Amino acid sequence: MVGVAAALVAVLAVFGLPVGSSLASLWNGSFGTPLGLSRSLVKASPLLLCGLGIGIAWKAGVFNIGGEGQFIVGGLFGGIALVVFRGAPPFVLTLLILVSAAMGGAMFAGIASWMHQKRGVSVVISTILLNFVAVQLLLFAVQGPLKQTRDSLPQSETVPEAIRLARMSPQSDVHAGLLIALAVLVALIVWTRNSVAAKELALVGSAPRVARANGISAENVQRRAMAISGALCGLAAGTEYLGINTVLDQGFSQQFGFLAIPVALMGMLSPTGIAVSSLGFGALYAGSQQMGRFERGGDTVIFVVQAVLVIGLLIANRPRQTEASA
Amino acid sequence: MIAIEILRFSVPLALAALGEVVSERAGLINIGLEGIMLASALVGYAVAASTGRPELGLLAGLIAGVVVAALQALLTVGFGLDQVVSGVAINLLALGGTSTVFRRQIGTPNPSPTLPTLGGLDIGPVLVLVLAVAVGWGLFRTKIGLQMRASGEAPRSLEAIGASVKKIRWMAALVAGAFAGLAGAYLTVGLTQTFVENATAGRGFMAIALVTFGRWKPLWVVLASVLVGGAEVLQYRLQLAGLGVPTPILLLTPYLVALIVLVAAGRGAGAPAMLGRAYERSHG
Repeated sequence: MVGVAAALVAVLAVFGLPVGSSLASLWNGSFGTPLGLSRSLVKASPLLLCGLGIGIAWKAGVFNIGGEGQFIVGGLFGGIALVVFRGAPPFVLTLLILVSAAMGGAMFAGIASWMHQKRGVSVVISTILLNFVAVQLLLFAVQGPLKQTRDSLPQSETVPEAIRLARMSPQSDVHAGLLIALAVLVALIVWTRNSVAAKELALVGSAPRVARANGISAENVQRRAMAISGALCGLAAGTEYLGINTVLDQGFSQQFGFLAIPVALMGMLSPTGIAVSSLGFGALYAGSQQMGRFERGGDTVIFVVQAVLVIGLLIANRPRQTEASA
Repeated sequence: MIAIEILRFSVPLALAALGEVVSERAGLINIGLEGIMLASALVGYAVAASTGRPELGLLAGLIAGVVVAALQALLTVGFGLDQVVSGVAINLLALGGTSTVFRRQIGTPNPSPTLPTLGGLDIGPVLVLVLAVAVGWGLFRTKIGLQMRASGEAPRSLEAIGASVKKIRWMAALVAGAFAGLAGAYLTVGLTQTFVENATAGRGFMAIALVTFGRWKPLWVVLASVLVGGAEVLQYRLQLAGLGVPTPILLLTPYLVALIVLVAAGRGAGAPAMLGRAYERSHG
């Protein structure tokens, strides 16, 4: 906490933002007011899902940089599901859209797994390129096949009221997506503590040679980890689509898949740690939007704060000995 | 002339990728390349616009590139931290830093002066050619180049003959930073004459892919850059021609081409054996 405060004050001062009033609006926009708190939770919920996803892949030694692309393709699949399953009863349709979004993310992540395992292409490089592909696929879809018919705006049809995720109260944007994220969190905590598969996954990531000596197939473990990773990023997009955005358009992604990387790192790749850091980052995100209303650059400066926090954490926990994996 | 346009658009990619060849040959994958380019793009533009001298802009961009690369090298070489994680942090830092400085200090940018040209060609493509030859010669014909390649292939052997892997990697990182700095500055000073937030828009990431694409060989990497630069120019042209090809499909092409080539090239030889791995003397 002291470190976070110090980083905040230092970064604000370096970039010439008035420290006192900026901190005040950051506080009001995050934990300090009921509205700020609800906005923080709204941002924290997709960050939690994406962060858990990124965390599980990195834990298995797969540097998935493609959370952003998997998020976007998840949203795209959600939009397609809305059209394809149009006739289904509301609750069923909601479920189908969420499942499709998760599958879309998993499949998109699967491309990177395939490229790595069968063609030897680094996951870092393929997922970076696939992020750009995903952005353009979404734009193509909302300009063409998925475009609404009312006017010329390049966006999809609006999700009907009955299919959206329920809001907690009329005054707040907090929606059932938060419950979904929390359910996934609990499931992952239980899984990490109790299952052999979770131990194997961690072993493949931290000591690949030991894993191989124990007859664990790194390929299978890493492929599964990547699929879960993509599925969670896709699911995050599904909840945003049904809970907040309600349309697909150019601004659908708010870089949750990208910001999930520092979230996962600050959470030390553990589910509980990621839960805490996603709340913290969600608050920073919501608070920085408030800061941006009063100070030019008040919202972008938060990326610097996040980077400084990650770098500080890395240096504090620097390894004495490393067994890196490809 | 479309040929000149293609060459000029290839310059930022080719310069950044050439620096990345040096870095990767020495065992460092420079994920922060995008961020280094972005910082240099802003510094280069700001200096060129405020002094009215584009060549000073390029120089300032180069220096900015070295500075940001030094910060990254402090993490990856100095502290031995994970290269991917460090690079991600550098990119976040550069994106936030440049956007904030731009909004607070510049706001609405004035166009910077153009570089002098000869027959429509400015210094960019010439620089690429000269530097490609220089990188090839430096890496394969000099002692320091041999040591750099050893640092990427067999760092322990390098240490065994009394050279310092850390020192060699520091040098490679700073050289790569200078190239990335020049690349970012050329993007704003040479091509667009202005700065927008996230001006590099993925060119640094693309340059990393181009190095794999060009099998870590300087001249192949330049050719690959021209191919992707060509796709970029073609996409602008087709958009202007209004042939009804959806813009996103055109914008997608360079990335798709890169992905397909990577898949087709497959698990070829050429990647430095210790690429991306931290080196700790205590292991040896």
